[in-house]
Amino acid sequence: MEKFISREGLVAPLDRANVDTDAIIPKQFLKSILRTGYGPNLFDEWRYLDQGEPGRDNSKRPLNKDFILNQPRYQGAQILLARENFGCGSSREHAPWALLQYGFQAVIAPSFADIFYNNSFKNGLLLIKLDAKTVDRLFKESEASPGYRLAIDLDQQTISTPGGEHFSFEIDAFRKHCLKNGLDEIGLTLAHADKIKAFEAGRRETRPWLFN
Amino acid sequence: MAAQTLYDKLWQDHLVHEDEDGTALIYIDRHLVHEVTSPQAYEGLKLAKRKIWRISSIVATADHNTPTKDWDKGIMDPVSRLQVETLDANIKESGSLTYFPFRHERQGIVHVIGPENGATLPGMTVVCGDSHTSTHGAFGCLAFGIGTSEVEHVMATQCLTQKKTKAMQVVVEGKVGAGVGAKDIALAIIGKIGTAGGTGYSLEFAGSAIRALSMEGRMTLCNMAIEAGARAGMVAVDDTTIEYVKGRPLAPTGTTWDRAVAYWRTLTSDDGAKFDSVVTLDAAAIQPQVTWGTSPQMVTTIDGVVPDPAKEPDPVKREGIERALKYMGLKPNTPIVEIKPDKVFIGSCTNSRIEDLRAAAAIARGRKVAPNIKLALVVPGSGLVKRQAEQEGLDKIFIEAGFEWREPGCSMCLGMNDDQLSTGERCASTSNRNFEGRQGAGGRTHLVSPEMAAAAAVTGHFVDARTL
Repeated sequence: MEKFISREGLVAPLDRANVDTDAIIPKQFLKSILRTGYGPNLFDEWRYLDQGEPGRDNSKRPLNKDFILNQPRYQGAQILLARENFGCGSSREHAPWALLQYGFQAVIAPSFADIFYNNSFKNGLLLIKLDAKTVDRLFKESEASPGYRLAIDLDQQTISTPGGEHFSFEIDAFRKHCLKNGLDEIGLTLAHADKIKAFEAGRRETRPWLFN
Repeated sequence: MAAQTLYDKLWQDHLVHEDEDGTALIYIDRHLVHEVTSPQAYEGLKLAKRKIWRISSIVATADHNTPTKDWDKGIMDPVSRLQVETLDANIKESGSLTYFPFRHERQGIVHVIGPENGATLPGMTVVCGDSHTSTHGAFGCLAFGIGTSEVEHVMATQCLTQKKTKAMQVVVEGKVGAGVGAKDIALAIIGKIGTAGGTGYSLEFAGSAIRALSMEGRMTLCNMAIEAGARAGMVAVDDTTIEYVKGRPLAPTGTTWDRAVAYWRTLTSDDGAKFDSVVTLDAAAIQPQVTWGTSPQMVTTIDGVVPDPAKEPDPVKREGIERALKYMGLKPNTPIVEIKPDKVFIGSCTNSRIEDLRAAAAIARGRKVAPNIKLALVVPGSGLVKRQAEQEGLDKIFIEAGFEWREPGCSMCLGMNDDQLSTGERCASTSNRNFEGRQGAGGRTHLVSPEMAAAAAVTGHFVDARTL
């Protein structure tokens, strides 16, 4: 996983609540056995006017001009602004893969669904929870000012607006540590291998029916 | 010791290590694997030269991509076929406790085959790269869906890094009316607390109406816990649980069985255990549910109407309703009973078990699928469910009524195979998600119980199945 360093980026506001992972990356693209190649099909059903299929040349497909990511002012956006319960639904990790591969490095919303939240951090996609009022303000500001950018400081856990306002956000210390250092969580867990083995040996005694 | 919730007990029993900030390693007993979320995990293991920690924890099947008809032709879609063959190859190379590949007599939806084979036992931690893993909480398990990175993590370490969630008790007291079932209870709960109402929580379903549910019903209920945003859903162990497990192929026997049962009997919340939140519903007040929108919380009762966004004061919610109605092709204040589906789908990890098929068949018996219904599909959850249904003659009832009787799999719940809605088509579906495009791009999903889906099929519109 790549290290997340503090950065600033163009904001794209996606103004709808309960954006589910089926919308983020539709099921037909889940047939792939690869980790890459999902960016062009991010939000496929909203982004294109026709139906996407794996293996199609997306550059030739008709775009839905009304969709936020197709508007010229949001080209190159790196920060997605969203409403509550972003990422609900399926556990598909293809959702954070698609967001990252499109070019997003962070998503800001009042709340995120649990599995999506876990999946995102394991891939270096920073999810930032801010209260609904603040998010609403950011929506208004970003829609009102083309080229609206936000600066994210992971160390300080703050977001800064072009107007010089700062908002702090919470992040779990362990997740922050992994994100900053691009750590492989499996490696960290395997540092406890002896403890896991001892636990497992005890469990074979107390719950033998679990070990066929 | 302080009174513990069932969740506390399950958490404690699997706790390998805990840091000061509460970040914990929990041990995973059962890892269910399917073809969609595993290939990148197997690849990751190989690239890092890591081995699977405990092969006997893995039970695998192919379900999402598999066709539900013409099995003799194999999987026609080459992209789907490669994914299924990749699972075959990965299991062959690294092993598993049990594998039910495409066309195996016990193949089926991962959340159906786990319980029916005794691969899901009370008190386990059960994970799978699939959000509906919450289903297995019906057995007093701590069961939840994970992403592909976590699939790889469990394969490599037999553990997951987690923080304990809060605990919510959802109490449904009283007796549901005849013709009202677990699906209606689940949708009524989601209608009450919302699709994010359970975020940050593990839910325990309790109360006399839950105790009265069969294991199939409890699985339906826990299956939908994820639609309330919860990490997990669970039901305490009782006689119903133990009776269901007894004699299953992977269940313990002899003295080990007795030992297991003695432990399983402790898997209940203690009297006086403190929950962070408690929600109560009156079972008798729950009516058959039908969703009208593009989120499971957009739900009403069969005697209800499509909501009017003009009456919603919150602008974000109002816009959500407007967008949903536009997508669904519905006008405000339309009575639910006037909505006519084009297709009917009875199946999915929510409602494809024998009890579900019996309930639907009881409605279909002696009736005919209405002329406006283009396709009415019945997709059993597994090969075993299919054969059981056929032994009971349910297949004949469905076929005589004009339903198609298919092979097991996830099918039209998410349409990764050919079973899909076309743009604008409306479906009465026993599945779990009515998201935009879920059953096919532009498809319109109404979530209902098996009885209500069958009733919609034979009348051509939504109708209170109890009146037929």
